[in-house]
Amino acid sequence: MFKWLEKNLPKIVMAPAVGLIGWFVYGFVLWTLYISFTNSKILPKYELWGVGQYVKLWASRKWLISVDNLLVFTALFLIFCIVIGIILAIFLDQKIRAEGVLRTIYLYPMALSFIVTGTAWKWILNPTLGLQKMFIDWGFENFTFDWLVNREMAIYTIVIAGVWQSAGFVMALFLAGLRSVEDEIVKAAKIDGAGLFTVYWKILLPMMRPVFFTSFVILVHISIKSYDLIVALTQGGPGISTTMPALFMTQAAFHKSQVGLSAASAMMMFMAVAAVIIPYLYSELRRENAR
Amino acid sequence: MKKIIIALITLAFTSTSSIAGPKIEVLHWWTSGGEAAALKVLKDDFAANGGEWLDMPVTGGGGDAANVALKARIVAGDPPSASQIKGPTIQEYDQEGVVAPYNIDSIAQSEGWDSLLDPMIAAVHKCQNNSGPYCAAPVNIHRIDWIWANKVVFDENGLSMPTTWDELNAAADKLQAAGIIPFAHGGQAWQDATVFEAVAMGIGGNNYYKNCYVKLEEGCLRSETTVKVFDQMRKLQGYTDPGSPGRDWNVATGMVIEGKAGFQIMGDWAKGEFTAAGKSPGWDYMCSPTPSNNGYLYNVDSFIFYKTSDPDKQAGQKLLAKLMMGKNFQKVFNLYKGSIPARLDVPMDEFDDCAKASNADIKTAGAKGGLVPSFAHGMAQGNTMKAALQDIITEHFNSDMSSVDAANALADSVLANM
Repeated sequence: MFKWLEKNLPKIVMAPAVGLIGWFVYGFVLWTLYISFTNSKILPKYELWGVGQYVKLWASRKWLISVDNLLVFTALFLIFCIVIGIILAIFLDQKIRAEGVLRTIYLYPMALSFIVTGTAWKWILNPTLGLQKMFIDWGFENFTFDWLVNREMAIYTIVIAGVWQSAGFVMALFLAGLRSVEDEIVKAAKIDGAGLFTVYWKILLPMMRPVFFTSFVILVHISIKSYDLIVALTQGGPGISTTMPALFMTQAAFHKSQVGLSAASAMMMFMAVAAVIIPYLYSELRRENAR
Repeated sequence: MKKIIIALITLAFTSTSSIAGPKIEVLHWWTSGGEAAALKVLKDDFAANGGEWLDMPVTGGGGDAANVALKARIVAGDPPSASQIKGPTIQEYDQEGVVAPYNIDSIAQSEGWDSLLDPMIAAVHKCQNNSGPYCAAPVNIHRIDWIWANKVVFDENGLSMPTTWDELNAAADKLQAAGIIPFAHGGQAWQDATVFEAVAMGIGGNNYYKNCYVKLEEGCLRSETTVKVFDQMRKLQGYTDPGSPGRDWNVATGMVIEGKAGFQIMGDWAKGEFTAAGKSPGWDYMCSPTPSNNGYLYNVDSFIFYKTSDPDKQAGQKLLAKLMMGKNFQKVFNLYKGSIPARLDVPMDEFDDCAKASNADIKTAGAKGGLVPSFAHGMAQGNTMKAALQDIITEHFNSDMSSVDAANALADSVLANM
């Protein structure tokens, strides 16, 4: 009896968690998939209807705008977060004084929720309240910075706020990566006459491959799911110019009585995330097995 | 001994059943300021009539959070007894089969709601294609097509309230030349649509409005008149300030109150902001309908009563429906909320001039065919179509889209969501 318990205890302890995740995550993914094939309007319905919701989705102007925005946002968010994160990490890696304080300062935005970040930047970027007004009050009469209210540029303000929030986190990942490299390697390179730039560019950064991967996966799924930042910063405006898939989804489900369409858009987002995560998991697992 | 036990048990049962009485669970989002105070009147009334009120307030996002909670409850098969639902959405819920068998209809018949309400507004609250039994109760009528102007600013610039859209444009030009923001506006989709519908009713006329935005006729949506409506929207956009996109409506009202801006086009809930700032109509600010031919855009808040098998809750629904349509609640609630009573026989003595005008206008509008439902506030169309119209209106207002393109996009968007 005791032996049996000892043998099976881990399974027994894990069972409730596996059950709950199975139902509340995977069960509901399947439920959403099913609903996306029905003609559900204000409430979910269970009669199958076919792929009509997907046809409707890809004919919707708003959805196409939101997909465009997602591509622009994801690309810029990724590039800026990683570049700024690496630069900050390299600067901090120079064994400078007060590193702990600086690291905390850079990492601190991460402690805020996107709602707070969005609201703060909404005020900073508002032309009649924030930066533009400040510069005009200082005497730069012709200073304009109205990206937030400019339909063409508003999406970039979301990138600015997102990068401000997440770059510090990427820095922390890279700093941890750089610190884990053994000193001998750097010393050996220096003895061979490599400068600081060469050490980083040719030796350390190529060694950071797993960190690049991790940052990539984390940032991409943040950007596909991004909802709160947009709600706080622009509410999808001006007009519908900064709508993103997650915002489209909630609006369809709860404002527009289009539960079926909303489920279809949720499945599209799910597939986008899966397209990023599955190859990553696959390559990681394969490497572990190879070891 | 046995007898005593039996007696005790009987007593226990009778005493619990004596607590039973009308019971109601109300899902709403009226939790702040005047609305909460007004709802308290209803709660007290309900308790005074021996009822038990289970409050289920869900705040956040102007009813968004409440809608999420409501749907979750309905999907779980346990809808509240009553919730805040209005316009064609009442019919949408009825079609899902969660409203029948219409418990409150008997009260509506015995209280004679048909004679107390305007027939158009009564129809909104009847299930089964707006002609069957009553399944919802109206609490107020908001008028959408108001201009709220700062009187000091208007007087200083020698302006009076405009009676045509040309006069309004001329007044705005004058204010702009004087360095004042003419048009206080919050660039959010629903606010853009609120202004749009007032312009559509004014420039297109009442029949145009009905054909386009109630009947959704394609020819009407693509017509020259729609182009003119979009032209006027473009003009109005030129009268806003750069900070307008994303601004909340009450912040825009604040700009009029402080005299930073000349006027705002907004429903009569804007009056609450003036009142809260200690301003009085006729002295500090002026209200007048947007230019139109006896038009009146209405937005009615209502409560829908869901199916329930619990007799106590059925009794509670009947009692609540009766009290909601009672003269006392209709008066007190609307004094707080800035709207006017839905039933037409409530004395208006205690109301301010704007509300009195609204009450008088609704009767003329009703007689002259100008009483039309607001689509921006979900009275003319269900949520899907409302959003289809709103998306294009806000896209046009916030871009350089031409009026012709906008009219065609509007028609396309409607067709795609039919």
